[in-house]
Amino acid sequence: MIYLDNAATTIHKPPCVIEAVAEAMTSLGNSGRGANAGAMSAARLIYSARETAARMFHLDDPQRVCFTANSTEALNTAIFGLINSGDHVISTDLEHNSVLRPLYHLQALGTQVSFLPADALGNVDISQIETMIRKNTKAIVCTHASNLTGNLIDIARVGQIAEKYGLLFIADVSQTAGSFHIHMADMGISVLCFTGHKGLMGPQGTGGLCVAGGVNIRPLKMGGTGVQTYLQEQPPQYPTRLEAGTLNGHGIAGLKAAMDYILEIGTDVIHKNESRLAAAFYEGIKDFQGVRVYGDFSGDRAPIVALNISGYDSGEVEDILSQEFDIAVRSGAHCAPRMHEALGTKAQGAVRFSFGWFNTADDVDQAIEAVRRIAKR
Amino acid sequence: MREKTLKLIITFHTTAAAMAMEKICALRGLPGRLGPVPRSVTSDCGIAWWADPEERFLFETGEDFPEFEGIYEVLSYNS
Repeated sequence: MIYLDNAATTIHKPPCVIEAVAEAMTSLGNSGRGANAGAMSAARLIYSARETAARMFHLDDPQRVCFTANSTEALNTAIFGLINSGDHVISTDLEHNSVLRPLYHLQALGTQVSFLPADALGNVDISQIETMIRKNTKAIVCTHASNLTGNLIDIARVGQIAEKYGLLFIADVSQTAGSFHIHMADMGISVLCFTGHKGLMGPQGTGGLCVAGGVNIRPLKMGGTGVQTYLQEQPPQYPTRLEAGTLNGHGIAGLKAAMDYILEIGTDVIHKNESRLAAAFYEGIKDFQGVRVYGDFSGDRAPIVALNISGYDSGEVEDILSQEFDIAVRSGAHCAPRMHEALGTKAQGAVRFSFGWFNTADDVDQAIEAVRRIAKR
Repeated sequence: MREKTLKLIITFHTTAAAMAMEKICALRGLPGRLGPVPRSVTSDCGIAWWADPEERFLFETGEDFPEFEGIYEVLSYNS
């Protein structure tokens, strides 16, 4: 199988990740549940993973790295834990449902939400944010890259605007963590939400939030923590504040190995490699008759190419690619309803090709040839 | 019968803080080890830093320490 659905999850993991999970599954107890050797080895490993995540995203204090099951849980935690009824929030048309659905839910409870509109290329005009700010604006919630088109949002500029107006900035880096340089302080990010299983190349069921100093998020979950047992509420100190229940220690062991692997190679090297593959694919298919590509390819971007072929249902194309060419891509709506509406692809959906660290130039050549053959039918 | 000896017990709000303490002490060559919080300190669970009370002064200054919940001296059978 040629796997080109890395924006959904990376299927190829570095061997060190698999080894770390296997090792953890034979040695880890439950972090924070007692001081026996098994519990301590889990606690040490998880703390070490916090340090690695803090290094990756440039957060001063590893104790403000809180682990979750994925970006969705991280974003739900940040959004529900910081935004109240009566607050105003600014977001964008590029968002995934992991941002949109919590915001729509809050909207029904009395939060005001404004969306920065996307143009025909799928871009947003960041400068418009300042015109949208109201007296009760509390936060900007936005993605670093569209999971549909791969277009980037300049989150450093968004962070500058947030800082200028004293707003919280919740950044969703699901599509860029691991292959882009992300610096929380320099980018003015209040809460960074990441998932472990995409560009970070870790196991599914891992992710987290990095919380800047002075940002106090209400817990989404409450429960066992292994500390402050007789306190009736969730302990207020990070990371325990946002971590109720047994952590995914086995997964976090894999995530740490994956982040170490990436830090060793360098996010710049990974980004350059993935961008080269995506650009080669784009150049190879963009002029085929009947192929329509979505997104802005004029500058830096996430390694995603979304397209449609003539009047084909996008699901039909996915199926042909899978059945006849053994190529895995993602069709449909990609949990990005506002982006599809902006691009006019709600009915047809789109076929998304997304490239990762383990893809090769040969994968790209075969994908181009497959699109060529389908377009010629 | 084993005799109880006086121990310095430093407690933390979170497991992560206890782990940070262990790393910092290793880095600075400070004595002690992690162990369970004695019930005589609190009925809450958790991990504490166990050290010799004579070395208490080593832990009373240092900006890089995680936040302590408290510093106690307790009699314990543990070494």
